[in-house]
Amino acid sequence: MKILVGYKRVVDFNVRIQVKPDGSGVVTDGVKLSPNPFDEIALEEALRLREKGIAEEVVVVAIAPADAQPHLRNGLAMGANRAIHIVSDGPVQPLTAARALLKLIEKEQPGLVLLGKQAIDDDANQTGQMLAALWQRPQATFASELAIDGQVARVTREVDAGLETIEIDLPAVVTTDLRLNEPRFIKLPDIMKARSKPLETLPLSDLGVEPGDFIAAGQHEPPPARARGVMVDDVAGLVDALKQRGLV
Amino acid sequence: MSKVLIIAEHLDGQLNPSTAKCVSAAAKLSPQAIDILVLAEQADAIAADAAKIDGVGTVLTVSRAENAQPLAAILAPQVAKAADGYSHVFGPSTTFGKDLMPRVAALLGVGQVSDLMEVIDAHSFKRPIYAGNAIVTVTAPADAPVIATVRTASFPAAGSNGSAAVQALDLDVELPGHTRFVELKAGKSDRPDLQTASRVISGGRALGSGEAFKVIYSLADKLGAGVGASRAAVDAGYVPNDMQVGQTGKIIAPELYIAVGISGAIQHLTGIKDAGTIVAINKDPDAPIFEIADIGLVGDLFKILPELEAAL
Repeated sequence: MKILVGYKRVVDFNVRIQVKPDGSGVVTDGVKLSPNPFDEIALEEALRLREKGIAEEVVVVAIAPADAQPHLRNGLAMGANRAIHIVSDGPVQPLTAARALLKLIEKEQPGLVLLGKQAIDDDANQTGQMLAALWQRPQATFASELAIDGQVARVTREVDAGLETIEIDLPAVVTTDLRLNEPRFIKLPDIMKARSKPLETLPLSDLGVEPGDFIAAGQHEPPPARARGVMVDDVAGLVDALKQRGLV
Repeated sequence: MSKVLIIAEHLDGQLNPSTAKCVSAAAKLSPQAIDILVLAEQADAIAADAAKIDGVGTVLTVSRAENAQPLAAILAPQVAKAADGYSHVFGPSTTFGKDLMPRVAALLGVGQVSDLMEVIDAHSFKRPIYAGNAIVTVTAPADAPVIATVRTASFPAAGSNGSAAVQALDLDVELPGHTRFVELKAGKSDRPDLQTASRVISGGRALGSGEAFKVIYSLADKLGAGVGASRAAVDAGYVPNDMQVGQTGKIIAPELYIAVGISGAIQHLTGIKDAGTIVAINKDPDAPIFEIADIGLVGDLFKILPELEAAL
């Protein structure tokens, strides 16, 4: 089985996000970029399935500007067999990403597509579900456990009510939640090895997909700040403060 | 004029309060009609509850055995078909809505507005990005249905004095068999539900064990509060995942939130920003949680909590 892994480049989760003074977006110049943490979990899961002999090949895919080659090399260093870089200058919306991934699926015929449940930049949480819909295949979102037996996957999902388990026929789309696994660290020799692994570049337009502006982003603003509160010295002070606010 | 269809969330025959919050969001559009769609094995009782929500015109029901569980692959084609004639289709931004609505949007060939937190006009909305560290105004095209998930913490539940009509819908949609429900392991609790409780107490890594959470439960019971936890406490295995509060867990807006032994990582703060009053109890005076707390107390939680419980 071949596994296709979505591997988006995003602003690193440790960066303190700042809205540009003119409100046209957030500051991304000179800011550290990293793989989307949920996508690293997706890649880790794919690698483990390969190590178990369930998958033969793991392919990482990113839709990103031309300067994202080191990002894809990073995915190769982590252990993917090869990488596909769909080159697109501007940001790509989830429906466009899903359409592009569908075109790749038609070409690559993977048995499983693993994506992060959301990217930590736009926080959309849409691409996996949209891809599964367009592909007319099952989806298992927010996975915290994945077991594959032949042509069926059993997936435990983190839902508001607890843990839901579903069974899906393959091929299918699975999106990862935080507790699915802990991604491995990349070792130096693997970085060397990644340099000679295949990395295909493909302009988005070559897939016959237009980067649609379905939901147009306008003005950005910082979130309303909460006023700094009071510090109390002891439990009596806390109870008084709560009483003053009519909370107890 | 706008016509809004809201997808009801329910579990074990009970309507989830997120549905009434979606109605509040829809009402901000001053629409011509707000209807609710209930997809269930037996939709009647749930529909009767939905019909009481203020401002609802018609509750549409589809009762089918396949709808016994909320599987997105099963529900989405039905929602996409029922959406015909509506200008907006809203679902809650809970795991139910997040799973389902993008699948519906893709079937309709449109984008989706995730985590709608404010309505500006019929096609412009505000939503959080970067874990709530920026708010963006987005505009959906006027010539296509607007599919959105509603950030439930941003809207109050609509009242329950309504009496909408209930109407069964025959959608005649073929459903796939490729996705099957196996089981749901629900965290059983007699305490108020985290997402709707007016008071919530959460514990963090500083609790040190699952056993130690009993000081949290004890105070919660005294206050009639729901109990949550930080991601660190869940990852450490102290409590189950459905108690996680934060960006990747539950986003809540109680009147009173008490964070105990929680340092206040950005991802946790994102989940509690809309709380009325935030109380932080932590032994580290430099913990980031104090930057957003309305009332802060530095000290040992194992000493403070029993004292607080006794004082209340």
